[in-house]
Amino acid sequence: MFNSIPQKSDPFPGSAPVPEEKLKKFRRGVKGELPPRPQYKLRDVVIRSEAASDLAQKQNARYDLMLPEDAGFLEGDEDEDTCTISQDDIVDAVDITAGAKYFNLTLSQFGPYRLDYSKTGRHLLLGGRRGHVTCLDWQSKQLMCEMNVMETVNDVKWLHSEALFAVAQKKWLYIYDNKGIELHCIRKFNDVLRMQFLPYHFLLATASATGFLQYLDVSVGKEVVAICTKAGRLDVMAHNPHNAIIHLGHSNGTVTLWTPNQREPLVKMLCHQGGVRSVAVDKTGTYMVTSGMDKKLKVYDIRAYRPLQSYFLPAGASCLSLSQRGLLSAATGDIVQVYRDVWGIPVTKPYMAHRAKGSVWGVHFCPFEDVLGVGHGEGFTSMVVPGAGEPNFDGLDANPYRSAKQRQEWEVKALLEKIQPELIGLDPSQLSQVDHSTWEQRHEDRVQVLGFDPLAKEKFTPRLKTKGRSSSGKVEKRKKQVAHEDQRDVIRQTVEDRMKIDKERKEKEKKKAAAAGQKSALDRFRK
Amino acid sequence: MCLNNKLSEGDKINLSDLIGTLDKTPSALIKTKKQLKNLQHNQSTLETPLTRKETEKIQREVAFEKTSKEVSRWQSVVLQNQKAEQLVFPLNQEPSGPKRIEHVVAGWKAQTPLEQEIFSLLRMNKQPLHDPVLTPTEEASLRAMSLEEAKIRRAELQKTRVLQSYYEAKAKRGKKIKSKKYHRVQKKVMRKEYLKQFDEMVKTDPAAALEELKKMELSRMKERMSLKHQNSGKWAKSKAIMAKYDDGARKAMQKQLEVNKDLTQKLVIPADEDEEDEEESAETLPDFVNDVEPILDQVNPWMRGKLSTEPMMEESNRLDPPVWPREVGKPGEGQDEQEEDEEQMEETEEESLLRGFEERRKLRQTEDKAEILEISDYDEEAVEISDDDEEAGLSNFTSLFHGLVNHMEPPADQPKAGPGLRQGESPALLEEGLVRVRTLEDVELLSQDISTSDTALLTTQILGTEETDTQSATQQADKKRKKMIDPNEVLTKEAKVIEMPLAPTAVEDVEDKEEQRVIIKEAFAGDDVVSDFLKDKRKQEEAGRPKVIDLTLPGWGEWGGLGLQPSRSKRKRFRVKVAPPPPRQDQKLPNIIIAEKRDSSIAAHQVCQLPFPFEKPIQFERTIRSPVGRTWNTQNAVQKITAPKVVTQLGAIIEPIAREDLIKDNRQAVTGPSINLESDQGPQKKRRSQQKKQHKRKKN
Repeated sequence: MFNSIPQKSDPFPGSAPVPEEKLKKFRRGVKGELPPRPQYKLRDVVIRSEAASDLAQKQNARYDLMLPEDAGFLEGDEDEDTCTISQDDIVDAVDITAGAKYFNLTLSQFGPYRLDYSKTGRHLLLGGRRGHVTCLDWQSKQLMCEMNVMETVNDVKWLHSEALFAVAQKKWLYIYDNKGIELHCIRKFNDVLRMQFLPYHFLLATASATGFLQYLDVSVGKEVVAICTKAGRLDVMAHNPHNAIIHLGHSNGTVTLWTPNQREPLVKMLCHQGGVRSVAVDKTGTYMVTSGMDKKLKVYDIRAYRPLQSYFLPAGASCLSLSQRGLLSAATGDIVQVYRDVWGIPVTKPYMAHRAKGSVWGVHFCPFEDVLGVGHGEGFTSMVVPGAGEPNFDGLDANPYRSAKQRQEWEVKALLEKIQPELIGLDPSQLSQVDHSTWEQRHEDRVQVLGFDPLAKEKFTPRLKTKGRSSSGKVEKRKKQVAHEDQRDVIRQTVEDRMKIDKERKEKEKKKAAAAGQKSALDRFRK
Repeated sequence: MCLNNKLSEGDKINLSDLIGTLDKTPSALIKTKKQLKNLQHNQSTLETPLTRKETEKIQREVAFEKTSKEVSRWQSVVLQNQKAEQLVFPLNQEPSGPKRIEHVVAGWKAQTPLEQEIFSLLRMNKQPLHDPVLTPTEEASLRAMSLEEAKIRRAELQKTRVLQSYYEAKAKRGKKIKSKKYHRVQKKVMRKEYLKQFDEMVKTDPAAALEELKKMELSRMKERMSLKHQNSGKWAKSKAIMAKYDDGARKAMQKQLEVNKDLTQKLVIPADEDEEDEEESAETLPDFVNDVEPILDQVNPWMRGKLSTEPMMEESNRLDPPVWPREVGKPGEGQDEQEEDEEQMEETEEESLLRGFEERRKLRQTEDKAEILEISDYDEEAVEISDDDEEAGLSNFTSLFHGLVNHMEPPADQPKAGPGLRQGESPALLEEGLVRVRTLEDVELLSQDISTSDTALLTTQILGTEETDTQSATQQADKKRKKMIDPNEVLTKEAKVIEMPLAPTAVEDVEDKEEQRVIIKEAFAGDDVVSDFLKDKRKQEEAGRPKVIDLTLPGWGEWGGLGLQPSRSKRKRFRVKVAPPPPRQDQKLPNIIIAEKRDSSIAAHQVCQLPFPFEKPIQFERTIRSPVGRTWNTQNAVQKITAPKVVTQLGAIIEPIAREDLIKDNRQAVTGPSINLESDQGPQKKRRSQQKKQHKRKKN
């Protein structure tokens, strides 16, 4: 009946295949071996969960961002260093909207300035050392508020949204709203020099001149913990966006890593032979860049705590900042230099350089924009740095174009998903692991009660055989046949792997040799 | 009736009375009569009936068996429901969604005369009234077989088909067997069977037997008509024996062969002759066309050797000498066979010579390599030196270290030093003490290097540990070598200088004097920084080490008092040693201190007791490795992952599962629709290996 209707056969049957790369991107953990069949209940559960995670992974990969924006970099002509290209040249070359991102604010009265961009990158907060605090929508240049707190300002920081910001003043920490109204004066936080805001924990971390590292939960307004670091004046601070660990730099050349849960540093790294001047941490939490009084700039892999690169800057770097795409800005005196890929191949020249009008006091890359904000003695400079910002933003996390309503909604959701400070640790995936020590303790108790270990492997007892085949020697032999089977498997696997690697290496070498040892025509004269 | 009456009166009944009545009845009951008589004669008593307890026990047993049989029929359903991902209640749900229009209109009745007429017509023709799609016959056919039944039927059919195909295959195989004996035996068996059948048929169905007979006759005729002129028959064989002596026999054989040939000759279709010709022409093309031209000039090196072979050979073994010297020994390869022979002779003579060449070449190559490496090393280190010039002022440790190394480096240690230090290196090169540490292995090598040199002494000097006795000092140094960290190891990364296009003009204005003082202090603190850090690290290591508990009590078993120490053996006996802790995380990282204290704050949020089917933490961790929430997954995936285990319809009455359902769905689960996730069957290979393992165990 249906055959009478001519049917077109689908040239591409089934759903479109998902590219491997994307699948890799969404892989969570590793699959393991299935439990043996006798444990069928467990096996069912494991199979089902595996199928669920496969499905989730595949769907995530399938519905990942389509047609993402590419990030480009400044490319010089032949024999032209990109660092010699001035901002004016760039502005001349680009369109008006991009060109408008380069501007100078001349604020010579109350400088030098510290600055901070909001999480979405739309709003800029400036704090002059002599008390001038202002916040503005820097793209439209709309002034939100401007005031003078009539006190020394050490640092300024946006809180979770552009409605609130914190100012570390001479004595106490203050919180203002975007109209400039003083909301709180927090007396528990005194002599604050540097601040960091952990957006997913709603924590404001402050480092003070008295050596205290304090955490303020801004969602409930309570001090979470105050840690005495016993390391003197704390004026170098950074936070790791990957695991919300606070990095502090000290005058004895060490960088310490802190969580609110422990009274002593998790890690203490000796980075410089002089004091540490500035620290910056990469977005992925892989790299840390430090600069010190010994005029060196060092790059560390903070997963393994190993130095990757070390550079010598003739003038030393005072302020460091890392962009979302891994550009590094370093300020030396009144020069702001931007480096590309400092952890890869050793760089010899900066990617860009710019001379500010005064000595630089703070640098900060703007999120989702190719812009570097520089606060200096004579005001503020917004620099265009091609390739600095992430072109693809996550609209549910930080949407630069969100409306007021969207912001409100986001705020509620973010508060609901707030992460407790207890969960901060070096390994952010620790929550998905079983509390091993407690489990072991419980298991031990259970073993004691039962009188045997239910999880222990059944001991092998050789079968009784007749006609002299169960003599002790034979029995031992049989025991030996099945002994250490698991270990044998592992060993076999490792040996195979090693052989494979060796083989690959040999092939590679051979190829290399073949490429290197191409015979020249003159070789035939050799004896 | 009369018996009953007698019973009711309470009289005693005698057997004779009963037999007496039997006497009157016809003689058909003689058997029973006999039995009864026997019974009367038999004097043995009956067994006492079982006690109530025992009878009850037996009854219980029987009842248990019966009920367990009944209940065990539910086993599979229960198991499947337990396993099911999702159960939907009530079980026999009507399909959701909009109802079909026919069902809705069922209540409607024809009113107008026209409608009534139409309906009567339809009714007469047995056409469906409400459901225009299916006629009663069709519906009946549908009702006759449910989907499950159809499936079962289909499975049966499939099975028979498969069996048939198996049978066919078997027959085919049997047919292909070439063994004559096999076929003879087979035929014999068949014939026997056939005869048996035929005999039987003669008895039961003579008509069919007759038909069969006719068939046999026909087959015999066919056989005779068929071409049977091979020389394999009995007759032919006898003729073959006779052919030697008898002309007639020979001729007869010849004839038969001819006939056979005629009959069996295949009709040959004339093939394309042109093609063959072409092939031939291609084949007849001489080989030497593709070869290298015969070498005319022996002296000209350009004319020697084959170009095509060289790179291949070189790829296959790099260390072998290049091929061309061998080719020198083959002056005329493509010329003549005779020459080739001569050349082979020559080769045997030359081979020894060539071998000598090879060996010499090998030696030279390795030497060359070594030279190149040395040179490159030298270059690298020279660069390093130039780089370090700037650093030199910063650390006086390095210079100290250089001096010490120069003095104390024993020459015998050089070969032991591994890849870090090579044989050809002069002591001047060793001055460059800093080795760049890149990987873990490098660090290990570095520590080995240190153990060969006497850096331990240096560290002990620096860190201010006093050692009086020289012997004990060396021993201690040996022990401590691994633990001590050379300050020179810390911060070994050499810096690369970065050029700056713009020179900074503005000097950073320093705010107040205090800050200036701090900065100055910091600037001059550089030298202490490393040793301070190492001291700190050592302190932490000491704190982490478990302490030896000394439980010796003086005065027990020996004299005690002022200035008297308990004996050594006693102290040794009562000293409790604690097991050493696991190695520190920062053991191999000289400039890092990692706190060993466990952060217990997160433990409150972690799982510490595993839910039922899980036994080991790793199994559970695997199942919670991927997040569930909407933030990380697509809507569809979240819905599927978080689907509830039981779904009930609001307000619906959930009836217990009925026996009919059980019978109907004997094979199918009584579950709702399962969630369709792509299920993973797991790697087959591993399963097999596991089975193998089990098998192995069983064997033993």
